[in-house]
Order: sequence, then structure tokens, then C-alpha cells
Amino acid sequence: MSASSDVDPGGETFRLSDLWTNEKSRSLVIQIVALIALLLSLAWIVNNTIQNLENLGVETGYGFLEHPASYDINQRLIEYTSRSTHARAALVGFLNTVLVALTGIAFATLLGFIAGVLRLSQNWLVARLMTAYVEFTRNVPVLLHILLWYGIVVHTLPHPKQAIEPIGGFFLSNRGFYVPRPEFGDFAWVIPAALAAAVAGVWLFARHARRVQERTGRIYPVFSIGLAAIVAAPVVAFYAAGSPVELDWPALKGFNYKGGVALKPEFFALWFALSIYTAAFIAEIVRSGILAVSHGQTEASYSLGIKPGRTMRLVIIPQALRVIVPPLISQYLNLTKNSSLAIAVGYMDVTATIGRISLNQTGRALECMSILLTIYLLISLTISAFMNWYNRRIRLVER
Amino acid sequence: MARPIHIVHDKAETLPPPMMSVGVARWLKDNLFSSLSNVVLTVLVLYVLWLLVPPLLDWALFDAVWTAASRQECWDTSDGACWAVVITRFDQFVYGDYPVSERWRPNLAFVLLFVALAPILFDRMPGRRTLLLFSAVYPVIAVILLIGGLGLEEVETARFGGFLLTIVIGITGISASLPLGILLALGRQSDLFIIRILCVGFIEFIRGVPLITLLFVASTLLNYFMPPGTSFNLLVRVLIMVTLFSAAYIAEVIRGGLQAMPAGQYEAAKSLGLPYWKTMRLIILPQALKISIPGIVNSFIALYKDTTLVIIIGLLDPLGIGKATLSDTTWQGLSTEVYIFVAIFFFLCCFGMSRYSAWLERKLHTGH
Repeated sequence: MSASSDVDPGGETFRLSDLWTNEKSRSLVIQIVALIALLLSLAWIVNNTIQNLENLGVETGYGFLEHPASYDINQRLIEYTSRSTHARAALVGFLNTVLVALTGIAFATLLGFIAGVLRLSQNWLVARLMTAYVEFTRNVPVLLHILLWYGIVVHTLPHPKQAIEPIGGFFLSNRGFYVPRPEFGDFAWVIPAALAAAVAGVWLFARHARRVQERTGRIYPVFSIGLAAIVAAPVVAFYAAGSPVELDWPALKGFNYKGGVALKPEFFALWFALSIYTAAFIAEIVRSGILAVSHGQTEASYSLGIKPGRTMRLVIIPQALRVIVPPLISQYLNLTKNSSLAIAVGYMDVTATIGRISLNQTGRALECMSILLTIYLLISLTISAFMNWYNRRIRLVER
Repeated sequence: MARPIHIVHDKAETLPPPMMSVGVARWLKDNLFSSLSNVVLTVLVLYVLWLLVPPLLDWALFDAVWTAASRQECWDTSDGACWAVVITRFDQFVYGDYPVSERWRPNLAFVLLFVALAPILFDRMPGRRTLLLFSAVYPVIAVILLIGGLGLEEVETARFGGFLLTIVIGITGISASLPLGILLALGRQSDLFIIRILCVGFIEFIRGVPLITLLFVASTLLNYFMPPGTSFNLLVRVLIMVTLFSAAYIAEVIRGGLQAMPAGQYEAAKSLGLPYWKTMRLIILPQALKISIPGIVNSFIALYKDTTLVIIIGLLDPLGIGKATLSDTTWQGLSTEVYIFVAIFFFLCCFGMSRYSAWLERKLHTGH
């Protein structure tokens, strides 16, 4: 210390007290101290961990990922047996997380938008009912929702023999929800190809229509033509290719159903509870987004002679979306993270596989937790990167 | 010649307003039957309610069984809800495994909690200053009462459970995460590069992972990070994780409030010669916190609800007690009753918090 306070080639002598009284040097000192403290505590933790691991005598490293997992996963989207590796189990779990997150997001968005719009209804009864739904749902923990619905599915739905059949060939029982499984023939690829072609065609047509409208003012009925094309193309392709898709219908054999695709009660309860819970939050977001667009906008649009339908589509919705989308996406993120509660009902998501069973079987807590945390961080960072991009795109451009 | 004068001698009778423009009829017309589509909607909703509500009321109240020794006895008596399970296990739901002879201690701590909270929540209380002193020492009193010491018999935290555990985690987490969240928010807005990076990294990491994974870290990894031989109370580990988790979310809410402050406020403070901490304490934070109240209370509600996750690492909160009850063969299969009971408890707490925040918002609204 004394060496530095002796000489200052700049002319003014440096005093030790300058470290605290001068704003610039003070901020430097604070930052250096913080950095040193951080590094020291990191070193302390790493040192402790190494010592603890040595004392316990456990092997470390990610090699165990190649070992057979030797546990079963009942809900899986890809091939998996108990002889598959831990890495494969983690992948199956990850896909299950993605499955429940995507289907949950779709259903929650639908429910949330309906509930949000209905909360603003002129009809007192409807508006109050929706308020009650939102308040009751939001103020109860999501884990409780999941357990409650799981209990209802398992204890209240009938046995397979008395299954409820809402539509022919669909069965709802306490073993799960059975739906027909499509089986694809040789020429089945024609159908998605036709759909893709139709979407591309509609996109080109919409672009052309916009140009025409900008030049001449003529408006094509883009929406109805586009919808017709997108619906018709796969149907035509289906028959043109000689009906290459057949349905495998579930049927009762013994005590349970065989054939078809089963949505297990675990998945069903988790998906339903997450959707209902998140939808209540989305409803509030939608309501506040719509209220945020001032009534003057509607009046201005009408006074320009724009019809109500187009006013909604061109004036109200774009402005409401600017308010709605950022919190909406953070709700999507919440739903994805809440799907980790799957473990409470035994749905095998990524937390349950790599974070729980693999961890318990191998004892590699450090490795398993680091993989699990990384997976969730990657999901979150991807979604928030998208959100930042979207925010920049729709930002109100001011002078 | 006198001009004819028309004089009305009796006042005309005051007629009541038309029936459809006042009172119940007017209200019904405006709110339920204003248009054809509205009439259809109302009738439809009433029909659905008529289908759902009477059977639900029958199940929950009129056909319910309030005292029984087992689920079989319930089911033999009626088709309604079997609230007997909740009533039989009520003490467990409240205290968990807390020793019966010592249960006056959590009761006393709970009553004192309101004495300690009152001066914080309501600023126009008489004698607020003296009571605030009590609030400051309350945490110490509560710890001694609950855990023991000063002549009180020691109670292990592993025996805490039920609503007692929820309230302990919730209140501790709430009161510890607010100051931490404020510091993190200030750090994130700071001019000091390294401090800012540290805060951003911490906040984004915590917000990027589910609480349940952090609780796993607390239950499996935290012992690795400590010097060999230290063993760490599980409840304390959970409290630390819950606090850190909630603090990251509160920090983001407060950052929103800080960003909403006009630059003029900072400049005015600077021109008065106020140093950083005084600027923050006297000028910026009072305003920023005021506009962040709804968000902060939402975070508190989220934290309170998240306390239920502790069952996954083996603590017995009300859900844990519920699960234990349901695995007892006497009461198996009554999950709906048990979970609805716990849901009502959480609803009352969280709804109360959100009403308080709405009231506070109105009170602090000093604009027009």
C-alpha cells in the first residue's frame, strides 16, 4: 500500500483516503472487492466439494450417462426400454416436458383468451362467473391443482369396463384417455406436402393481394380463400393418394384397452391442471391488454369509415397485442417451469428422470443437477431471446 | 273585460318512473337481458349453473358426513363429501408433528404475529412507534417460541408441519426476500460494471430454473458445498432457497419501478448534492416501491403458494399431511375432500393478501 501512495507521476499526490472519497476510485475499489469476494467464495465452495467427494469416495464424471438406466418410463414419445442409457432416459424426459408444455400452452391460451374476453362481457352473470374462476384459480397453488385433478381422474372416473365414450372410438376411464392412432401408409407423405404447398401458396397470394390493395385499393377476400385452400389441399391429397392413413381403434381387451394412443392419467391431470391454472393468469393479461387500448382508437377508426370487423383486426388487436404478448410469453415460460411438478403425480418429465431417478440410482448428484439446470436454463434463455426479438419488432416507433 | 286566467289549483300527482328504468328491473335489463344474444347467454349460463350448483351443494354440504371413524363409515352413510377425514386430522393439518403439550407456543407466536404485523400494515395505528419496536424483535421471539431455548423445551424443526410450516416458510421468505430483492434491483441498475453483471447473472439464473430444481439442489447438493462435517438443517436450507428464488422475482418487479422513474428525479437529487444511498433512500425508492406494490404483492402470493413444493423434498406441509392421510387405509380415496380443504386455506390467505394490496394501492394513489 505504501508504495502506491508514495509517488504519483501525474503531479497530485495520491492519498489512501482518496480510495473512498473520490467517486471513480471508490467505484473501482468496490468492484474489485466484490470480485475478490466472489472468487474467494467460489474457491471455498469448489475446495469443499472436492474434499467432500474425496471423503465419500464417489466417482465423478459424466460417463454414467452411457450406462443402462434400468428403470421403466411408461409415457414415451421415442423408443425406450429399461436397457437404454441414462442419456436416453433424460431425452425421453425432456420430450415429455416439451409435450406437456406445448399442449398446455395451446390449451391455456385458448381458455385464457376466452375467459379474458368474457370477463369484459356486458352480461353481468358471465363477467362475474369469469371473475370467480380467475380469483379461485389464481389463489390456489398449482401443485394443489395438479394433485386435485389427478385425484379426480384416478378416483372419480369409471373403470375401463364402464368407460365414458364421448365420441365413438374415444374412451375416458381411470386408466387414461384412449384415442385412435393414425397409421401411415406408403404415400402418406403426400398429405403434409400438400398442406405445406397450400400454406406457401396462400402466403404468396396474401402478398400479392396486399400489393394490389396498396396500388389500387381493391381488397381480395384473402382470409376465406386462404382458409378454404389450406383445408381443401390435404383432403384432396388424402383421396388422391388412395387414403394412405388408417386409424388403429382402441378396444377393450381384458382389464384395459389395447391399440390406439393412450394419454395416461398422469399426463392428463398435469396437462389439464397446468392449463386451467395458467389460463387464469392469461385471462387477466388479455383483459388488461384490451382495456389498455383507448376507446378513441375505435371511434377514430369508425369515423374513417372502417367496418367493425376490420377495426378490430387492424386497429384494436395490434395495439392490444403489444401489451399482451410480453407477459403472455412469460406465462408460457412459467407453465414450462411448473411442468417440473410432474414429479408429484409420477409423470416422467425431465426432472423426474434425470433429476430424480437417475440421480438416486447413480448417486451422481452434482452431474445430474448440472444437466437438469442447464436444460431448463436453455429453454428459458431461448424463450426470452425470442421475447426480446419480438419486443423490438413490435415496439412503438416514436419520433 | 277580465282575461281568462288558467290557474291550476291542485298539484299533479307525481308518477313513479317507468318500471323498466329503475331498481331491480332496470338492473336486470341492463346487465342480463340487454340484447338477444345477451338473453341467450344468460339463459344458457343459468341452465349450466342449475345443472352444476345443486349437486355440488348437495355433495359438499347437505349430504356431507361430518363425523365418522373411517371412509367406509362415510360411504355407508351417504354419497356426499366425507369431511370427517379433515375434522379427525385437523390438529395434524395445523401443527404437523409438533408436540401436543407445547402447542401453545405456535399459538402464541401466531397471535403475536398479528401484533407485530399490524403497525407495518396500517400506518395510522395509535402507538405505532412502540409497536414497531416490537415488530423488530418479533423474529427473535418467534424463533425462541417455536424452536425453544430460554428454558423452553427444544423442538426439532423436522417436527414442524401443516399450516404452521407453511406460515413459517411464507413469512420468513417474504420478510427476507424484500430487502434482498431491493438490493438486487439496485445492483442491476448500478453503474458499477462488475456489480451489475453479478446481479444480472444471479437474477437470470434463478428465474431460468424451476423452484423445484433449486429445492433439489438444497436437499442434495448444499451439503457438498459446505466444509466436511457440517450438517445443515433442512428447513434452513429450504428457507434460503425460497428466499433467493423470491428475491430474484421481486428484484425484477422493483427494476420495473426504478425504470419508470423520470431521469429528472435522479438529476434533482444530484443537484441537491445527495450521495447515492441518500438519493435512493429519500427520493427514488419511496416512489419506485410505491408503483411496484401490486407486483411485489403478486410475488409474495407466488412465494406463499410455492411453499407447497417442499413436500417434494420431504417436508410435511398441509399437502404432505394430506398425502400422508390419504396413504392411511382408513381414509384412502378421499383426495378430493382433503385437497379442497387445503385449497380453501390457501385461497383465504392469498385472496386476503391481494385485497390488502388493492387497498394499499388506492390509499397511496396521490395523483388525481
